[in-house]
Amino acid sequence: MELDVRAGLEKLAGRLGGEGARLTEAGRLSGGASMETWAFGFEGRDGPERLILRRRNGPFDEESARSVSLATEAKLIQATGANGARVPQVRHVCDDSDGLGEAYVMVRVDGETLGKKIVSDPRFDAIRPALARQCGESLVAIHRTPPPAGLNLKTVDGVAELGRYEEVYRATGAERPILELAFQYLRKHVPTPVEPALLHGDFRNGNIMFDPAVGVAAILDWELAHVGDPAEDMGWICTNSWRFGRPDRPVGGFGDYADLLAGYASAGGREIELSRVRFWQMLGSLRWGVMCLTMYLSWANGVEKSVERPMIGRRVSETEADLVVLLEEGL
Amino acid sequence: MITHPRTEELVESVRLWIDQIRPTLDPRNAFLARVAANALATVGREITAGPAAEAAAVAGMAGVLGHEGDYATLNSELCARIRSGELSVETPGLLAALTIMARDQIAIDQPSYKPEGTAAPTP
Repeated sequence: MELDVRAGLEKLAGRLGGEGARLTEAGRLSGGASMETWAFGFEGRDGPERLILRRRNGPFDEESARSVSLATEAKLIQATGANGARVPQVRHVCDDSDGLGEAYVMVRVDGETLGKKIVSDPRFDAIRPALARQCGESLVAIHRTPPPAGLNLKTVDGVAELGRYEEVYRATGAERPILELAFQYLRKHVPTPVEPALLHGDFRNGNIMFDPAVGVAAILDWELAHVGDPAEDMGWICTNSWRFGRPDRPVGGFGDYADLLAGYASAGGREIELSRVRFWQMLGSLRWGVMCLTMYLSWANGVEKSVERPMIGRRVSETEADLVVLLEEGL
Repeated sequence: MITHPRTEELVESVRLWIDQIRPTLDPRNAFLARVAANALATVGREITAGPAAEAAAVAGMAGVLGHEGDYATLNSELCARIRSGELSVETPGLLAALTIMARDQIAIDQPSYKPEGTAAPTP
């Protein structure tokens, strides 16, 4: 598989960089099981280019999947970028002639995506206090982008999301009293529906490229984009599983709620109440807990045999430890 | 059970061996080896701390439900009564019992995890 991708990148260098462009580097970056990320570069007609290839290495059906196709991802990045969002520049959307399957190419952005580093590395000490506000500002450009026509985006609200995850939870057969109580509590506290907006859908520390000098450099990983409550994107970045050991800083382990909300308001976003963010944050913990259960089950059912999967199953208890505190505090 | 070695010592010896060979592995396998070592550390903690955690959970659930039973039975009943709405965050003692269960389980699964509400580290 690796050889196939390298050959594809050689060919792509010629297509993008002009005849005679040669690959100067190509290496797979860490990525998920079904999604590959490759860094590559070439010397082209117009000089050197440093790019990122994002490709799926298996079949995909956008109708039944929770995530969007890579072509949709590329369109969303372009649309939100044109609306002022900090996103990578899409260089090329691959077609059959590229031989790389479902894939697109972005211009490489320098910075750090490892959540733990952003939370604790001294290189980020100076910029860290500004990040929550920047995240709020960044979300406005996304949420104000009209969803591009013709895309197959799902629309989700609190009731639908709870229903979907409860169905998944029931299907696992697991019996976890804390998850049961969280479902019950959240059902009683679903916020009043709002005008839905385009959401990133996986807006958390780990999916944002941060630069130690400027802060938010690029918002990455658009595969869970959908349409829904703007507070959902805010709640997810406040979910404690993505605070990397700093629960005292609710936004991504680096900032405070007030800064996130102030940044959102200052960039012209609709007013959002903290309790609404907290609803989605609690649902975020519950959702991550259910996802951990399904990842364990994919191992138990023999679909995925990596040792990673059953261990992720043991991460359900981190969400339970968070949920009991949130249930005690209330929204 | 026999004590020379105890089960948790066997597990620990394998965990240490994995840690020892990790530097010789390619990046993907080095990562999976770290996960495997963590899995064995979890098994070790479950062997030593699991029985007390389960006893505490059984006592806590029995207190909320008002009768004795084994872990699986009480856990099922607790889930069913929460699902039906009969028990809620307002039920006296429920959140307190669940909090102890959650703390005991995270101490086995991921003792370094800092749950919601943990104060800032002292510099």
